[in-house]
Amino acid sequence: MTENSSRNLAIQLRKKRYAAERRFRLYGIISISIALGALCLLIGNMAAKGWSAFMQTYIILEVELPRDGLAPGGKIDIETLREANYVAYLRKSLRDNIPGVTSRRDRRSLYKLISSGATLDLQNRVLADTKLIGSKISIAAVASDDVDQFIKGNITAGSGGKISSKQAAWIKTLSDAGRIEKRFNTNLFSNGDSREPELAGIWGATIGSLLTMFVTVLLSFPLGVAAAIYLEEFARKNRWTDIIEVNINNLAAVPSIVFGLLGLAVFLSFFGLPRSAPLVGGIVLALMTLPTIIIASRAALSAVPPSIREAAIGMGASPMQVVLHHVLPLAFPGILTGTIIGAARALGETAPLLMIGMVAFIVDIPGSITDPATVLPVQIYLWADSPERAFVERTAAATLILLTFLILMNLIAVILRKKFERRW
Amino acid sequence: MSPFFAAIVLIVLITCGHFLGRRRAIQTANGSRRLLHSLPHYYGLYVTLWTGVPAVILMALWVPLQPYFLDSFLIASLGDKASGLNSDQLGLLLNDIRNVADGNISSRRNDPTIIAAANRLIEWRQLGYAGLLVITLGAAIAGLAIARKRISRTMRARNAVERVFNAVLFIASLIAILTTIGIVLSLLFETIRFFGKVPITEFLFNLSWSPQTAMRADQVASSGTFGAVSLFAGTLLITAIAMIVAVPVGLMSAIYLSEYAPRKIRDILKPALEILAGIPTVVYGFFAALTVAPAIRGWGESIGLDVASESALAAGLVMGIMIIPFVSSLSDDVINAVPQTLRDGSFALGATHSETVRQVIIPAAFPGIVGSVLLAVSRAIGETMIVVMAAGLAANLTINPLEAVTTVTVQIVTLLVGDQEFDSAKTLAAFALGLALFCVTLVLNIIALRTVRKYREKYD
Amino acid sequence: MNMENNRPETVKSVAGGMAIDTAVTGEKNLKMDGTEETTIKMSARNLDVFYGEKQALFGIDLDVPEQSVTALIGPSGCGKSTFLRCLNRMNDTIDGCRVDGDIRIDQSDIYDRALDVVELRARIGMVFQKPNPFPKSIYDNVAYGPKIHGLAQDKDELDEIVRSSLERAGLLKEVVDRLDSPGTGLSGGQQQRLCIARAIAVSPEVILMDEPCSALDPIATAHIEELIDELRENFTIVIVTHNMQQAARVSQQTAFFHLGILVECNATNEIFTSPSDERTQGYITGRYG
Repeated sequence: MTENSSRNLAIQLRKKRYAAERRFRLYGIISISIALGALCLLIGNMAAKGWSAFMQTYIILEVELPRDGLAPGGKIDIETLREANYVAYLRKSLRDNIPGVTSRRDRRSLYKLISSGATLDLQNRVLADTKLIGSKISIAAVASDDVDQFIKGNITAGSGGKISSKQAAWIKTLSDAGRIEKRFNTNLFSNGDSREPELAGIWGATIGSLLTMFVTVLLSFPLGVAAAIYLEEFARKNRWTDIIEVNINNLAAVPSIVFGLLGLAVFLSFFGLPRSAPLVGGIVLALMTLPTIIIASRAALSAVPPSIREAAIGMGASPMQVVLHHVLPLAFPGILTGTIIGAARALGETAPLLMIGMVAFIVDIPGSITDPATVLPVQIYLWADSPERAFVERTAAATLILLTFLILMNLIAVILRKKFERRW
Repeated sequence: MSPFFAAIVLIVLITCGHFLGRRRAIQTANGSRRLLHSLPHYYGLYVTLWTGVPAVILMALWVPLQPYFLDSFLIASLGDKASGLNSDQLGLLLNDIRNVADGNISSRRNDPTIIAAANRLIEWRQLGYAGLLVITLGAAIAGLAIARKRISRTMRARNAVERVFNAVLFIASLIAILTTIGIVLSLLFETIRFFGKVPITEFLFNLSWSPQTAMRADQVASSGTFGAVSLFAGTLLITAIAMIVAVPVGLMSAIYLSEYAPRKIRDILKPALEILAGIPTVVYGFFAALTVAPAIRGWGESIGLDVASESALAAGLVMGIMIIPFVSSLSDDVINAVPQTLRDGSFALGATHSETVRQVIIPAAFPGIVGSVLLAVSRAIGETMIVVMAAGLAANLTINPLEAVTTVTVQIVTLLVGDQEFDSAKTLAAFALGLALFCVTLVLNIIALRTVRKYREKYD
Repeated sequence: MNMENNRPETVKSVAGGMAIDTAVTGEKNLKMDGTEETTIKMSARNLDVFYGEKQALFGIDLDVPEQSVTALIGPSGCGKSTFLRCLNRMNDTIDGCRVDGDIRIDQSDIYDRALDVVELRARIGMVFQKPNPFPKSIYDNVAYGPKIHGLAQDKDELDEIVRSSLERAGLLKEVVDRLDSPGTGLSGGQQQRLCIARAIAVSPEVILMDEPCSALDPIATAHIEELIDELRENFTIVIVTHNMQQAARVSQQTAFFHLGILVECNATNEIFTSPSDERTQGYITGRYG
């Protein structure tokens, strides 16, 4: 009887223990689901908000290019062509399409349907082919951001809204006439920043990022590898190298914004380097990436088995030859992987660049490392701060592009690691 | 003539040096390479280094220094016109002269003194660059000649070259130290200036933070209060929320991945978590501001709570998500370092998997886990973009996660982005905050790295 | 192999001559009057084990008699540890390990789907090659098993289990005044006895020992061997050993494994005096291994 009851007790206890086991396992699954769910939510959110930015609304207009306005007296003169009143031609075409707009106020709100960028497009088109003068051409005029958002259904028409009900009616007229088209948004990829969302693009920021990364990698890769070789292969283990090692590990965990303060105080104030320049941004990010590269390179170097070194030394190679001929080539894939991962981190970094002025509004595409520039993540930050609804989708689109770059870089790193991974 | 031209000539010389050194070495050995101490190309490198290094150092000093000297010459030559100006006006004047000299549009392009000065500047620049060319090339040729002369059959060119390489490697390893020193000095220097304007007791103990700029020069002292307490409190609040999310989720994910997940699933899930770690913080910030904060606000309203649109909760939650992979990958390493024998010992006693994890593995890995959490805290405290985009700007001393708080990093960014004057207490305050941030994270990092290291040594 | 085996023996003959004598006589006694009444505690039939594609054990048939010591010997990689780990299903924790065949304890199949592996492992304790005390106090190390299995109703009972287990493992005297200090602070031999105490605290029926002395010095080894001999009265013991002298000293039955095959299994004195297989003979005379 007692044996039976103790047996039952034991079975009950085991049941409890197994329930605890299942619960524990469930917590693990829940945790990982939370993490991955957050990842999916984030990327899904960006994709849902950003995909529409890859298309842009255009209004197809037939524009008359009057000879007397553009080439008075039949003479084609570049200066006249540059200063001609293209806006008026576009507006006339708009009025032709929407009859009955007479009052000044209505006219003005009608003109707001097309972006100021359309004027520039028209001008470029005429400058590129002066034979068009005198003819009537069809042009896809960039619609203003409000029209674009209205067409995409992100805003509604009505009182107090960005689009009045009158404008909505005109848009419908244009749309019924087949004059409204959604096309691939080339401006997003070919323009610099702009106050007008429909004209704003990431090309300037992309070039800025490339220039900055160029400086970063150029500095941090050789310095990092050299430092790693010294510490791993040549330095005697003593107090001094201990200090360097602790220092490097700590530096890797210093908040990035502190590097920005360093850049501001040392490179801008003390050395007087130009503000907002990829040069300074690159140096700051290089200093920030350096510990990562050193740590990864040291790990790669120390993974090369000592037997290789001994074999080379046994052949009479000098220590430098041992490293350069044998150890470094074997460790190189690992070093490269570490560098790519470090560079990817630097590419996504924002905070230190805010400190050194790379947060300015810059329309021009930077041409050199001393030109004022901004970078992709900072561009995202700037756009995220802009009130226009159209910037929301552009911010998300820029995020998607940045993420694509980063994932590509990490993928390359992973492939490199897989391809050259060696087990000793 | 320009530094660019000098650089090209130098490159040509260096290349020549290499060939000359090589040829010379082979000549001294009468064409028989085996008689040489080192391989011929080491002699080439030897001459290359002698040719290039002194010349490049000279050039590197000359190019940035020349403008400074030219400026002071210009000021001297301007005489009366410059002496009456303060530093800002002088800077403007010099800028105009430079612009005219560069052929850019300048507001004063018609001023004769400026045109004269600009012409002088152009002339001096040419002189300077000529000097640069002569000096660097002189150094290069002299170096080449000396090195070439030194080459003999028994000369240890390889050892000499390797000594230089070694020195270069050593210098590279110092950069990290120099960076740290640079950080400490620059922060300390500006912070001391800050405490010259604002008493340190105010910074540490005053509860109010309102860094207004002075309207007039005599207003500085009364312009604002710099009590950082509410910033520290805000930072702590957001960090605490982040850790409440990140530590359990990260730790349990790590446990699931390293103890339970079948290999195939682990191979998929681990890289997926790494993606989470690779997402730039600005993207998290945008996500927090655009999606999470309004969602929390809406949810709060639906149950009748008043939630600030820039609530600490939103920033903290998203920061927690950002930290999850950080905690999980560090804990994963730590858990994997626990020897398999301990697991076996526990299983052999009839423990279930979760009992083994909870009562054997976690206690064994505890120091390492604490270290990882400390590192994660340090990362959360220093995180900038999420809070800049999703947390508030106004200081607010509260522990209510539904209210808006501001953090140390947010204030550094707001104080420094935009117009800066290096003398105002407002700008300097950013450096004082930076120093506080640096010190706190440094202490956390040192403790964390030490704990993790000791823990690793225990099981190695 | 020769080095490994010779060194302990020479030291042993100085340090523990007594132990050898008692072990040998004790074993003879059982052999003479125990043969008929021996019951089989565990048995393996037609056991195959695979690690992924690689087969580690081939058709093993082996009986483990109750309240005696069975030694598994053989060269490295012969599968003796694999076999041992099958007996309490420790191989379950290894990815890609597959076990075919039949292992029974008291006639019930331990690979039966309905069988509770946690309960099984409480019945079959295990001691490992390297002492692996948990990073807890000595007390908590021993109390861990009784706690998770709910063997004690209250604190006093738990104390009693811990004390008696330490006592039976011959460790109590050495640690009685420092039960709260960490188990990892003990010497290697003490740690291994702590692990034995930990195993017997759950009152298992069988104790598996995987080269329990290979990380210990000769004196500690002698202690453990004495202990094994005492434990035989209450437990069924299966021990893997590299050391043939040890097998001869502590076991009543010896099984010789070679390349995943059970070559020969017989009473220990039979195996060591007149092995029937020439591979066994080659191994025990030190020709290979």
